[in-house]
Amino acid sequence: MGHGSESVTLTSAPALHLSGTARIGSDTIFSGLDLVLRGGEWTCLLGASGVGKSTVLRLFAGLGQHITLDGCCRASDGALAGRVALMAQDDLLLPWLSVHDNVLTGARLRGERPDHTRADVVLARVGLSGHADKHPADLSGGQRQRVALARTLMEDRPIVLLDEPFSALDALTRAQMQELTAEALQGRTVLLVTHDPGEAARLGQTILIMTPTGAHPVAAPPGAIPRAIDAPEVLQAQAALLTQLRTST
Amino acid sequence: MTPALKPWQAALASTLAGLALWQAVVMATGLPRFILPAPGLVAQTIWDNRALLAEHALVTLSEVLIGLALGAMLGGLSAIGLAASPLARVLVRPMLVFSQAIPVFALAPILTLWLGFGLGSKIAMALIIIYFPVTSSFFDALMRTPRDWLGLAQVMGASPARIMWHIRVPAALPGFASGLRLAAVYAPIGAIIGEWVGASRGLGYLMLLANGRAKTDLMFAALITLAVLTLLLHAAVNAGCKRLLDRPDR
Repeated sequence: MGHGSESVTLTSAPALHLSGTARIGSDTIFSGLDLVLRGGEWTCLLGASGVGKSTVLRLFAGLGQHITLDGCCRASDGALAGRVALMAQDDLLLPWLSVHDNVLTGARLRGERPDHTRADVVLARVGLSGHADKHPADLSGGQRQRVALARTLMEDRPIVLLDEPFSALDALTRAQMQELTAEALQGRTVLLVTHDPGEAARLGQTILIMTPTGAHPVAAPPGAIPRAIDAPEVLQAQAALLTQLRTST
Repeated sequence: MTPALKPWQAALASTLAGLALWQAVVMATGLPRFILPAPGLVAQTIWDNRALLAEHALVTLSEVLIGLALGAMLGGLSAIGLAASPLARVLVRPMLVFSQAIPVFALAPILTLWLGFGLGSKIAMALIIIYFPVTSSFFDALMRTPRDWLGLAQVMGASPARIMWHIRVPAALPGFASGLRLAAVYAPIGAIIGEWVGASRGLGYLMLLANGRAKTDLMFAALITLAVLTLLLHAAVNAGCKRLLDRPDR
């Protein structure tokens, strides 16, 4: 699949930096973190539940109102606000809107003129041209997540935060969605929070394991993403990541 | 035990059973007709007084409909205001709860004093009686918007007003609808109480008039007319709500 109409200029995707200590109320979520996401690349953040991966994501997303961050959270070229798109495990589609209108949610919420032509292009890009008038309830889980991807692409932001977007999908659909998403988001600064070492091995240009003592880089397998699911280096990296995750908790 | 009855068959069967029981009580006790008239006599009275009943029913119906429309509008706006503003919640919610401690019946004489014997006081009664259920069920639904939707909207750069209009309100419409369904049953109660306290028209007025003249059969006729009116209203509101919510949820 090409990425013609949805390609972005590589220079517009900044690096991201998050460091310091985060608390929610009196609970420390993480401390002494020093996290750098390289601009225009995919960074996979792995780690056990409760280690603060979601907190990292919420801070980058600007949803950290209830989090006290003693440190900094910024893009290499300035502020983050208005430059981030979010895609989560739950597709978060609005059930009363058609697929087409769901893709246009962002414009509607900002009071902008919806660009219907571009919505059609983006829907075609994720392979859902024939489904524009359907409602989310008429789609499969994989199709719904494609709509969520189309909505994310429609936002056209240089920074994309992915919060386990593929974890609720069956194995085959998950592999297809990983490939589609990796191609569609090429050139953007992507943070993928995941539980799945295999996913990190396929999609991470940088792979970090988050532990209570900080985020530790792990060597990513060679090759452009999305890497083949059955490539020996990918399988090896997956096994190595699993071992490291076990010892880190 | 029960064969598969269609809803209308079930309704018809239970109506007939109720009438049979009523007739049986009349026959078994031998109560005089000015205490408990037989169903046949009431049916005859309804037919003989159909013009009179229709005239008064129309008055009550317009009070109820206007009260319902105003109550739905005010209740809807109040719920949105409360959901949008934490300050409003702090200031207004205790007042709303306190207002519920005042029996609506006790307000009727005051409203009649202020608004007179015409439609106004009855509409106000209907409005007051439905305002709370509409507001509270819509408000509860507005406060239950999934948090992740709100987060996504915030990341997309939406203002609170647009989040309210495009996400919270549509997501809460089922709550508004259940408030309206309750309101359809409550509103006639308000109108009738208003008519009892002081009116020259309406089914409530007709009932008092018939009562005073020991025309118990006419009282029953008015009562049955009112019940049928309420059922029809409830069915209409229900159908309206179904249309409003005719969307694939889940």
